[in-house]
Amino acid sequence: MRLLLVVLLDGLAYAAWLFLVSAGLTFTYGVLRVLNLAHGNLYALGAYLGATLLLHYAASGSEVAATLGLLLLAAVIIGILAGPLIERVFLRRVYSRDEEVQLLLTFAISLILEDVTKLIWGVTPVVADMPYTSFGSVRLGGISYPWYPFLLVGVALGLAGFLWFVVTHTRLGKVLAAVIADREVSATLGIHVPRVYTFAFTAGAILAALGGALTAPMFSLVPGIGADVLVISFAVIAIGGLGSIGGAAVGSVVVGLARSAAVYFFPELDLFTIYLIMTLVLLFRPQGLFGEIEIRRI
Amino acid sequence: MGGSLRFIPFLLLGLALITAPFVLSGWVLFLLTVAGAKALAVLGVVLLLRAKLLTFGHALYYAAGAYAAGLGVKYLGLHNGFALIGLAFVAGLGVSALLGLLVIRYRGVYFALLNLAFSMVLYGILLKFYSVTGGTDGLAFPAPTFGLIGLSEASLRAQLYELTLFLGSLLFYLTYRFFASPAGYVLFAIRDNEVRVAYMGISVNAAVYLGYIIAGGLAGVAGVLVGLSVGHITPDLAFWSQSGEFVFVAILGGVGSVFAPVVGSILFEFVRNYAFELSPYTWQMTLGAALLLIIFFLPGGVWSLVGLARTRSGP
Amino acid sequence: MSVLLETVGLTRFFGAVCALEELNLCIHEGDMVGIIGSNGSGKTTFLNLVTGYLKPARGCILLAGRDITLLSPRQITRLGVARSFQIPQLYLNLTVMENLLLALAARSGRVGLWARLHRQNWMREGQEILKQFNLDRYGEQRVAELPEGARKLLDIALAVALQPRLLLMDEPTAGVSTQDKFAVMDTLVSTLRGSSITTVFVEHDMDVVRRYSRRALVFDQGRVIADGEPSAVLTDAGVKRAVLGHA
Repeated sequence: MRLLLVVLLDGLAYAAWLFLVSAGLTFTYGVLRVLNLAHGNLYALGAYLGATLLLHYAASGSEVAATLGLLLLAAVIIGILAGPLIERVFLRRVYSRDEEVQLLLTFAISLILEDVTKLIWGVTPVVADMPYTSFGSVRLGGISYPWYPFLLVGVALGLAGFLWFVVTHTRLGKVLAAVIADREVSATLGIHVPRVYTFAFTAGAILAALGGALTAPMFSLVPGIGADVLVISFAVIAIGGLGSIGGAAVGSVVVGLARSAAVYFFPELDLFTIYLIMTLVLLFRPQGLFGEIEIRRI
Repeated sequence: MGGSLRFIPFLLLGLALITAPFVLSGWVLFLLTVAGAKALAVLGVVLLLRAKLLTFGHALYYAAGAYAAGLGVKYLGLHNGFALIGLAFVAGLGVSALLGLLVIRYRGVYFALLNLAFSMVLYGILLKFYSVTGGTDGLAFPAPTFGLIGLSEASLRAQLYELTLFLGSLLFYLTYRFFASPAGYVLFAIRDNEVRVAYMGISVNAAVYLGYIIAGGLAGVAGVLVGLSVGHITPDLAFWSQSGEFVFVAILGGVGSVFAPVVGSILFEFVRNYAFELSPYTWQMTLGAALLLIIFFLPGGVWSLVGLARTRSGP
Repeated sequence: MSVLLETVGLTRFFGAVCALEELNLCIHEGDMVGIIGSNGSGKTTFLNLVTGYLKPARGCILLAGRDITLLSPRQITRLGVARSFQIPQLYLNLTVMENLLLALAARSGRVGLWARLHRQNWMREGQEILKQFNLDRYGEQRVAELPEGARKLLDIALAVALQPRLLLMDEPTAGVSTQDKFAVMDTLVSTLRGSSITTVFVEHDMDVVRRYSRRALVFDQGRVIADGEPSAVLTDAGVKRAVLGHA
């Protein structure tokens, strides 16, 4: 019973993390139809900046709100700096070109950001685990569980709710839906499509950096963390269906719980759970759980 | 007119390449061998790019080939170089034939990223199953035999160079024939219009699968040749940055000709060899910047410059 | 004449809209059938269903008595059904000749990976087909550089090159200027005459159907509302209203 509780808690914490790191990738893809291969690098930048801010400004006993505020600030700084720059200067020039050119472009940016991160923060591991340790733990059903993962779950739920609200209940959501449905028509309706694109890419960048910043207290940061995150996020959103935020949420929960079960019951499968699920889903539903198949008109 | 003399430059180039070991230093020879071997993997990437299929996981087959041979040495006691190459080729074909069943259904970002995901799975396996794969330490390749006896280190290097030259030339020639064949043109046709390919009664899936397997086999051979040259293999062979390098070289060279990957690969190996020593922290940045320049200013790759020069100088 | 193509109760929806409703139709061997109807009457949906691009909700399709309902476009093409498209579906970055050579390779079943695509006998046949369609001067040009009219003809030529038993053409004169329409159709008809190819073409131009078909079918809102000899069918007031929107 206790073991099941631990599996469940671990699973939810991992699911929350997965959703935080993959929401931005699927959001950007949903609006721009461009898969941002630099997503993992934005995650890494967010993590490094978040860690730096924590190390400089957070005393070891600082409150939850202050910590979250610093991490959010790090994400926004990275997103606002990198997002518009990448979208306006580079991506904008290749929307009319083939999909693989767009992929190559974001790959090139990913290579550049990889070294930028190394140049700024070096290659020695950066550790900023104060919140994880200082927030302490809770007792639940006879076990002691660290507090920080709960915070992560809370933030993930909050983010999911926020995104859902924006998409379904705001004018911005309607504008996004229009641009996704038909770029040309929405332009004739008076929507400034280029601005929507810049906004969507920047929002995706902030989300990527936020995923990183919130992760910073959990792991020590080393070069190359971005690549893993890119691949894992892709697997999650491929399971859910590219471009679907709901799909990313469901994919995160499925993968999160399955992986945490694997860790306890089939430890040798741990690393591969996510890809195993992805392969199974794609075998039977190539467009992902919530994806749609597009039929070309001929 | 002059058609009968056209083979002369090729003959001279061939002679120069064959006799290179007598002239060049061991280090340059080594770089040429590695560049030539990697060009095979790049050729596979180019082949897929002809059908507009971009893969960020081709190092999967490169590593599969190298590790199949490495495990052949470790568990089967194989030392014959030809047997190891055969093993690597079969491994490249076999793994791509298996994963191809899933991957060929996809295009665009899915194709690119599924390949990446599978290559990272292999990377994980190579790291994790330490007792079999040697983990981060990797596996060692003792000097192979080629049915001959008494090889000094220098002559081994020369032999690997010649082997890469001949085997590479053969595989490049076969791929060249493939590109000019109906099945090769079907890849171009798929790039332009899959619907019409189906409406000609041609199987899109079969064509992509065939291309995928050929590309996998080529990468397998590339992996073992590099492994034999370096004498040692590590999981990094399967890492995404290796796949990215193949893509980079493919784009650098261009997809217009089978020669482009060779030119691109040699250029890349030599530049990296010097640039990396100068500044290891800015190497990827340099690649990224170069890729941006190619995307915006030279979409046909370096090889398109050759075509340009040709059209400018007239027929 | 024997029946080459038969549909039984063929039905297809797009969302809640019924694009084709309970279509029962026989096309006879050697016939030249024109299908006319306004936009959204189900003409193209019919072609897409017959060639397997779309699957019907109900009903079945028989080709010379064989059920082909669940086959893919590739399989149906290999059974001798070829089609052209309203918007030309071509290999834009290959030359006109290479487009045609691929069709010839596909027809011969020799999509091999060793011998060259550019074979003498295929080149010769390709050249002849290009001449028939007045495209011979474009042979070595990339399709992307071709004018619209030439693309339309090439699109049809690729279907004809497969030497099908049944040729389906989707608006062969769409996008062709009014004065060129008849010239295009004359070229087509003279190419097809003498061959035993059964032809079905979809059109929205009444004059083209009247002049070139031996049998006219009128589609309206997913149903056949008239079927018979073109001059009789097309003078019917109900038909005119359905196709032109006025009598």
